[in-house]
Amino acid sequence: MHRTRVRVVEGVLDANDTIARSNQADFEAAGVTVVNLMSAPGAGKTTLLERTVQALPGVRLGVLEGDVQGSLDADRLATLHVPVTQINTDPGFGGECHLDANMVRSAIPSIPLDELDLLLIENVGNLVCPAEFRVGEHHRVMITSVAEGEDKPLKYPLMFRACELVLVNKIDLIPHLDFDLDKLLRHVEAVHPGVPVMLMSAKTGEGVEPWREWLAEIVGCVPQSA
Amino acid sequence: MHELSIAEAIVVVAERSAKGRRVAKVEVQVGHLRQVVPRALEFAFELVAQGTCLDGAKLEVEEVPASIACRSCGTAGRATEFPFACPSCGGVDVDVTSGDELLVVALEVEEELPAVGRS
Repeated sequence: MHRTRVRVVEGVLDANDTIARSNQADFEAAGVTVVNLMSAPGAGKTTLLERTVQALPGVRLGVLEGDVQGSLDADRLATLHVPVTQINTDPGFGGECHLDANMVRSAIPSIPLDELDLLLIENVGNLVCPAEFRVGEHHRVMITSVAEGEDKPLKYPLMFRACELVLVNKIDLIPHLDFDLDKLLRHVEAVHPGVPVMLMSAKTGEGVEPWREWLAEIVGCVPQSA
Repeated sequence: MHELSIAEAIVVVAERSAKGRRVAKVEVQVGHLRQVVPRALEFAFELVAQGTCLDGAKLEVEEVPASIACRSCGTAGRATEFPFACPSCGGVDVDVTSGDELLVVALEVEEELPAVGRS
């Protein structure tokens, strides 16, 4: 038996990224802007989605919901009368902890793209893996809640560096917490200099307006199908 | 779990390049900014390689430190903590020049026939 060294030099995630580009091409062909929302479990993604649906009445919005198991979030969103498509990442190797491009690819036929301007993808709650896997989105946004403390950017820099916008949620809780907002903002800036940050409470609606404006603007940016 | 997904992706890349040959070793480069724990990756790789042509193969992880280059003064250097700052002028307007790698670099495959002209 003879051993030969074969040079490869291929990105480990290239295959995923190729599928992600196909997804993006499909979204663009239908004139749909896609945002990948990432956060830890319990940061308020679903509540933010509920709030967002109400805040954007003129925009035809759909949701792609990623969960390891169950349809609790999709059930919550279904009451808002927007198209919700559920992806469960289980069964996999005990349930994948993130969405990847292939999972989104297989969900695309179930998404009524022709009826949408904006698709919000609620990724699986996790501060590590979703940052690695592009799914075909145009924008990556992460949500961190004040209840998670100030140190998350330093502990999960991959996620904070991968997003283009950071939403700091649950600011209504600040009076009840031992939480230093300036410290969090310093940590975000240290890990991802210049990244825009929006402070909000998806629950009370405080601070949601800049987010609404941001979404309205990106929807306007993608050419709409005739 | 992060390492498991990456290990699965490594196996896919390596299987394709191996073209049916048995793989003895996979060399990968992992940048420090990828938040990958090499030992966890090796363990996950061992699991997902089972039953493939990579079963029992060694995963050789080369860790790549994070480096930066200053946009203001041009100084290049190692980045060891956030915020990334120029080691010379202290400026934070820097480009990350390494540390984001996640690559399969090479495989060592077993061939039935010895290559002609080599022992």
